[in-house]
Amino acid sequence: MDGFWKRFCRNKGAVLGLAIIVIVVLVALAAPLLYPQSPWRMVQRPFLPPFSVDGFWLGTDTLGRDIAAGVVHGARVSLLVGLVSTLVAVVIGVSLGALAGYYGGLIDDGLMRFTELFQTIPSFALAIVLVAILQPTVDSVVLAIALVSWPPVARLVRGEFLSLRSREFVQAAVVIGQSNGRIILTQILPNTLSPVIVMASLMVATAILLESSLSFLGLGDPNLMSWGYMIGAARTVLRQAWWMSFFPGIAILLTVLALNLVGEGLNDALNPRLARRSR
Amino acid sequence: MRLLRFIARRLVKGVFVLLAIVVLNFGLIRAAPGDPAQVMAGEAGAADEMFIQQLRERFGLDKPLYEQLAIYVGGILTLDLGYSYRQQMPVSQLIFDRLPATLLLTGTAFFISLLLGVLLGALAAARAGSWTDSAITIFALIFYATPLFWVALMAILLFSVTLGWLPAFGIETVGAGESGLAGVLDLLEHLVLPATTLGLFFMAVYARMTRASMLEVAQLDYVKTARAKGLPPGRVTRAHVLRNALLPVLTLAGIQAGQIVGGAVLTETVFAWPGIGRLMFDALLQRDYNLLLGIFFVSSAMVILFNLITDLLYRVVDPRIEVG
Repeated sequence: MDGFWKRFCRNKGAVLGLAIIVIVVLVALAAPLLYPQSPWRMVQRPFLPPFSVDGFWLGTDTLGRDIAAGVVHGARVSLLVGLVSTLVAVVIGVSLGALAGYYGGLIDDGLMRFTELFQTIPSFALAIVLVAILQPTVDSVVLAIALVSWPPVARLVRGEFLSLRSREFVQAAVVIGQSNGRIILTQILPNTLSPVIVMASLMVATAILLESSLSFLGLGDPNLMSWGYMIGAARTVLRQAWWMSFFPGIAILLTVLALNLVGEGLNDALNPRLARRSR
Repeated sequence: MRLLRFIARRLVKGVFVLLAIVVLNFGLIRAAPGDPAQVMAGEAGAADEMFIQQLRERFGLDKPLYEQLAIYVGGILTLDLGYSYRQQMPVSQLIFDRLPATLLLTGTAFFISLLLGVLLGALAAARAGSWTDSAITIFALIFYATPLFWVALMAILLFSVTLGWLPAFGIETVGAGESGLAGVLDLLEHLVLPATTLGLFFMAVYARMTRASMLEVAQLDYVKTARAKGLPPGRVTRAHVLRNALLPVLTLAGIQAGQIVGGAVLTETVFAWPGIGRLMFDALLQRDYNLLLGIFFVSSAMVILFNLITDLLYRVVDPRIEVG
């Protein structure tokens, strides 16, 4: 663990990213304390520019809602959707990848064709169609993002399983008569975790971008304030009120950038051999 | 001959993928809440009873499911993607009318991103550790994390609203009616912002990829040999390193051709670009599911075609690849 932190901290960008993530998470958690009122509430004159009235540092939107409250509450939705959809995608990807890599043969062929199919379908278009047809709710957004993000995990895990399958410690487990399920879960899976964690941290970033794009198009949960929705709603008044779309966008940019930086740091720390090669 | 067989095999595979997507579409219409006829017609209550009845007969909605599927697939095979009740036009005609604009936009964006991305990545790798390298790396990191639709809005703010250099909306100046050279220039002027913003994300991806890949290749033995025998460094970089470093970039390009089509929805929405992305946004607003699924189908077909093209290119660039 010590070595892990030392390697992680050697990457300055990763430390910066981690700091930003911690702040975003804290803000998201503290949202009900910072802005106890609903972010949908109209609290001031509409079209209030930023830094013009005390207490409304980021200004108000077309209906007089506080932009700062929206940005703070939006952090909750972005992080939640990003984390849960990635978790679902990782579970799907790891399961299919493990089965394909461990059993090989027809199972492998079938599962990999299935994975390829999902990789060929344009992911954003599929996500749009899924959410539109299932009706926009948090659940359908999470499901749609998960359904378009699992294939790379499956391919990664399959590859790891293929190479670990023939290693001696796995052979030994087979010889002493451990069941397939036990070998998959206790022998091979723990050894594939490092690359999966790295991939997952980058997937959270992509998921947040996807979520914001969907809500920008009006496919977000209509009951939850999100960054993408704010930008989408401000699009038509861009010329008069730049701040309405500017600040939520900065929030997305910082969060996604930080997650990518942390992902790279994790890669350096967990896969030291790989990391050195690409530097 | 080998190449022809390869193309044939890939085409067959592509057809199977398309069929799978058709079945997926078929399932999605039935997954939507409510009567499939109502769903196809658009928002509940929007269509009159006569049209709904026609839809039921046309798609055999009172027949068993497998027969419905057969009718649906048959329709797609004859390029009949259904009728958009909202727009009062066949879906296929709506899509094909808009396709050229999207192809122009995505093609330009793809070209810009690949060219500039590889150039920036190669420059960063050639000067690894310098200020240039850091600047390019930071540039790539930022645009890799920026939402496409937001960059588009900010670009409009800066280049159209504040500086007034470029038009913000549409594909041509309304009412100008210019033709010939002036028309082309007008079109290019309108193309600059949408194509650049659509390409920025992928430019960042290619820059990162090219840099990493070149640094990796530069350490291989054959490159050391090339240097040792006294070839000029510029020639080693271009002819020996870059050429091999481009292989993973090309693979990526194939995958991302598909994502660019998805990104077009956002870009075309922001810039009011009259392509299928904008059409998809309109279909979304009007809950015109038939049109939505038609666009989904056509964009999937485009992706399959792009993938085939990059596979072929891959073979040209790297003769070692045994296509199988």
